[in-house]
Amino acid sequence: MKTIISSTGKKLESGFDLRFGRAEWFCLLDEETGETTFHENENKEASHGAGTKAVEKVIELGASKIISGDFGPKAKELLEKFNIQMVLLSDDSRSIADIIDRIK
Amino acid sequence: MPRRKRMRKVAAPPGFRGYKPYGNRHGSKEHVDLLYEEYEAIKLADYQLMNHQEASHLMGVSRATFARVYESARRKIARALVETREIRSVFGNASLDHSWFACEDCETRFNIPDNLTGQHCPLCKSENIHSIKEQI
Repeated sequence: MKTIISSTGKKLESGFDLRFGRAEWFCLLDEETGETTFHENENKEASHGAGTKAVEKVIELGASKIISGDFGPKAKELLEKFNIQMVLLSDDSRSIADIIDRIK
Repeated sequence: MPRRKRMRKVAAPPGFRGYKPYGNRHGSKEHVDLLYEEYEAIKLADYQLMNHQEASHLMGVSRATFARVYESARRKIARALVETREIRSVFGNASLDHSWFACEDCETRFNIPDNLTGQHCPLCKSENIHSIKEQI
């Protein structure tokens, strides 16, 4: 199963991003192998529809779970439709590596 | 008999039970009851900057009803500020999104889509979770 974590940078030490659609980077974690890859969010500066485009990207990457701070109404609706699990964390002091450690 | 009130959909209950003024001289007065749907209306319109049409759609009511709920919310907050009254959150006519859960161990909130069967927290794997609907 693959998981997306919204990230502020492209390293494991980078901080967790509370925004989903306008997150700087997406960290894709493969839970079976433990491998991580980072994907830049090209739509973070979009004037509208950033959430929707981010959802498209998530589907493209084949993730079934997303960890972020909050999801906008449109993104939420789409993710529900595609049966992708949303996980909301309200604490942004953790790094990506910390979050991955907790999932394992 | 009046027409029954349609339930207003609320994504999550407010994260507070109430707000209290401090530094006021005249002791405590009666409080103002802010309903869940009023909190949601303020959140959608003034925090997430949605227009009333979108917001009303999310809450499952007509645009006009949304406007009324929103106006009532603003008036209550204004009254609480001017008259230095306590604000309390009250359930009201809300129906909460039941597919959302909270983990008791790590305070993560999450939903469980239809294709998943496990009832555990996706982050810490704790089974100590509860539906956000039951919280009230």
